[in-house]
Amino acid sequence: MNVEKKTKIIKTINIDVDKCNGCRACEVICSSVHALPKYSSNNPARSRIRIIRDPLRDIYVPVLAGEYTVAECAGRDKYIIDGKEYDECSFCRASCPSREEFKEPDSGLPLKCDMCENEEGGPMCVKWCLAEALVYEEREVEVEEEDGPEELEIGLEALISKYGIQSLVDSVARMTKKS
Amino acid sequence: MRYAETGFNLEIDLTRGNIEKVATDPRDTELYLGGLGTNTKILWDRVPPEVEPFSPENLLIFGAGLLCGTPATGCNRTIVSTISPQTGLMVFSMMGGFWAPELKYAGYDKVVLRGKSPNLVYLLIHNDKVELRDASHLKGKGSIETAELIKKELNEPKAQIAAIGLAGENRVFYASIEQGRSSASRGGIGAVMGDKGVKAIVVRGTKDLNVAKPEEFIGLCNEVLEYIKVREDNPIPGVMPILAGLGSPQEMKVHDEKWHTENFMWGNSRTRRRDFWNDEIANDWTETMENARTRLISCFNCPMKCGATISMPGLPTYMMKCFTKLTYTMGAFSDLDFGLRIAQKATEYGLDGFSAPQVMAFALELLEDGILTDKDFPEMPADSEGRFYYLLEKIVRREGIGDILADGTYWAAQKIGKGADVYAHNNIKKIEQLPLKLSMLNPIYFLMYSTGEKMNITQIEGQFPQAPFPKREHREKFVEDWIQVPDEKFKQYFLDWEIRGENSMPNYPTVEMTCDIVDWQEKMHYIDDALGQCAGLSSFPLKPPYHIHNYPKFISAGAGIEMDEEKLTQAAKRYRTLLRAFNNRRGMRRSDEKPPEDHWKKRFPELEEKLLDEYYKMKGWNDQGIPTVESLHELGLDYVSKDLLERGILTNSEAASSKEASAEKEKN
Repeated sequence: MNVEKKTKIIKTINIDVDKCNGCRACEVICSSVHALPKYSSNNPARSRIRIIRDPLRDIYVPVLAGEYTVAECAGRDKYIIDGKEYDECSFCRASCPSREEFKEPDSGLPLKCDMCENEEGGPMCVKWCLAEALVYEEREVEVEEEDGPEELEIGLEALISKYGIQSLVDSVARMTKKS
Repeated sequence: MRYAETGFNLEIDLTRGNIEKVATDPRDTELYLGGLGTNTKILWDRVPPEVEPFSPENLLIFGAGLLCGTPATGCNRTIVSTISPQTGLMVFSMMGGFWAPELKYAGYDKVVLRGKSPNLVYLLIHNDKVELRDASHLKGKGSIETAELIKKELNEPKAQIAAIGLAGENRVFYASIEQGRSSASRGGIGAVMGDKGVKAIVVRGTKDLNVAKPEEFIGLCNEVLEYIKVREDNPIPGVMPILAGLGSPQEMKVHDEKWHTENFMWGNSRTRRRDFWNDEIANDWTETMENARTRLISCFNCPMKCGATISMPGLPTYMMKCFTKLTYTMGAFSDLDFGLRIAQKATEYGLDGFSAPQVMAFALELLEDGILTDKDFPEMPADSEGRFYYLLEKIVRREGIGDILADGTYWAAQKIGKGADVYAHNNIKKIEQLPLKLSMLNPIYFLMYSTGEKMNITQIEGQFPQAPFPKREHREKFVEDWIQVPDEKFKQYFLDWEIRGENSMPNYPTVEMTCDIVDWQEKMHYIDDALGQCAGLSSFPLKPPYHIHNYPKFISAGAGIEMDEEKLTQAAKRYRTLLRAFNNRRGMRRSDEKPPEDHWKKRFPELEEKLLDEYYKMKGWNDQGIPTVESLHELGLDYVSKDLLERGILTNSEAASSKEASAEKEKN
């Protein structure tokens, strides 16, 4: 199998929770830049970044919306850092059935951070965070990528071991005929 | 479609428990903008002068500013307007924080409360769901405690809550409305809320708020953010550190305790302690503050960090901003540790941090001078700190002498008699002021103090430096990039202003210049209060990001109302004049317009009269400080002059003479 070195850009927002002042400007501009038409409205409840915020307990965690998940985790996590107890799932980025975060308020459809890929100069939440709690970083990494239809072969092998090669060939022939 | 505003108010009749969503007239937005402007219009239309502060007919209006909830940085103020129990006049205390934007996202611009609820309730607003809920289980609870309990019982951690404490429930005349890190404190609006039987207003909103010209609006916001960065990196040299940057005076961030303790007055605003500060105190207090302050915090969509989370060992955490840091400390002749501790209790009780300590110091001075006696203070501790805690409890419960003191120094002095009024010496229009006593009259401050209807000097002053800079080259440097001036002449006023000599106070700035400066300062505050913009990024600091030149663009692009500097100036003048007429209708006259007698040692009665005369003229008011028929006509406020004429507050002869004057004008 051929192994090739490729470069890939990793986009990171470094989040310094100690610097967050809890103002939610990130939520405002995120919902505004993703509005249609762009900037025509804003609504923090549509934002793809949320500040998990409890001032009396000094908890300020900006979280960026990650993947949608259909099911809750089997268990939940709870962190205690420097004596501060964070609520369950405080650091989780998933749009998930167990909580309100990262869903469109009307439709309930999941929201996901796209790192403002269409914006010049990187994510808008970072640009609007004058407290510098959010800092954007891009770095190139070299990754080894193998050529060839790797995934397809793995899938086929699994099917062959389950149904036998003949049955698979027959099925493919039948499907080819139909289409 | 409405932009920046939602176009709807909530009308709550507490007596009947009736709730209505009412569409507002877009023409009113054009004439009165929003926030303070439209609050004033509603009060004028619906609250006649006979209505007492604690009457069911009094309204309590929570107005979100016109641009609140849009991405405009720092635009987050709720303007609360009602008749003040302290002054009997319209009061418009304001709070930053997170409440006003949340109200917009819920789909409303204002909440108008009328009537009185038979039982203690709280109002829940969750988008289209609005209901009055029983609050009997919250009776007597602290304001912050109440907010936390409500969030839990509703399972709404993101709800924004404005609540009163025990002081509001018991109608203490200087009770505040608390909202986490912010509060609307002045003028006793918390007492009106308590009188109406409303413990809290809870808001959660998840709707969109639109702006008219999206790209243009964000462009303006980005300019403001860029400017803030540059301005914060370049503090203004030669002014005290808390005033050199942007934001409210940076009392939480900067250690300014030396300056305030040596320059402001202690006790009942009498004692100046010039040699108070020493190394030991510096070490102690710095340690107290550093240990107490968990984090510097902001209001909604604002990079300034004017507030702080304060955790004193053994006490619940609370949030603080500004000068309350030192008011209890100095009122009680104590230290910072005490001040931060008692402020925690006072915040939960919901008290104005300016008035409350002064009332306590006033009471103790009356005791010292034998006007009140030990009998009035049964079982009061002997130490000053213990006495302040004792008085705090008495006042918020209205127990014994606390019942009298709960009405503030002015009304308490009236009740106590025996010359007690001399001790209520630091009031303007019956409201306790900052404990400042200075040597020579400052004409600019004289006019601001006298004619202000905001009742707090920090909400009147700004833009123009508080004092001349010693060197001309320094002044020249200052005016170089002074883009905020509405007219180039202000630069010259400042350039020629000297500490000593011919061009120094009280005769310079001249009467005319003083009127110009005060008018500019007041105008900017009134615009902020209609838009919901915090003064800390606009009317208060030197060289702010928002000013008369970019505000019209923000309004045009945000609210979709065509606006220019002239039209904006006229709108601000319109609701400012309406507010004045409203208060004139309630009896306010020239004789009420004066600073505390002892505010300055050196006074100039003739000059002061002249200042008032000329300022009134410039504002279009007669010699009693009442808007003239002519000036009301120019502002499209004929309905106001009609009312004032009918009530005999303006007379027909005045109307006739002003008609002649306008005829004269037309001829020319």
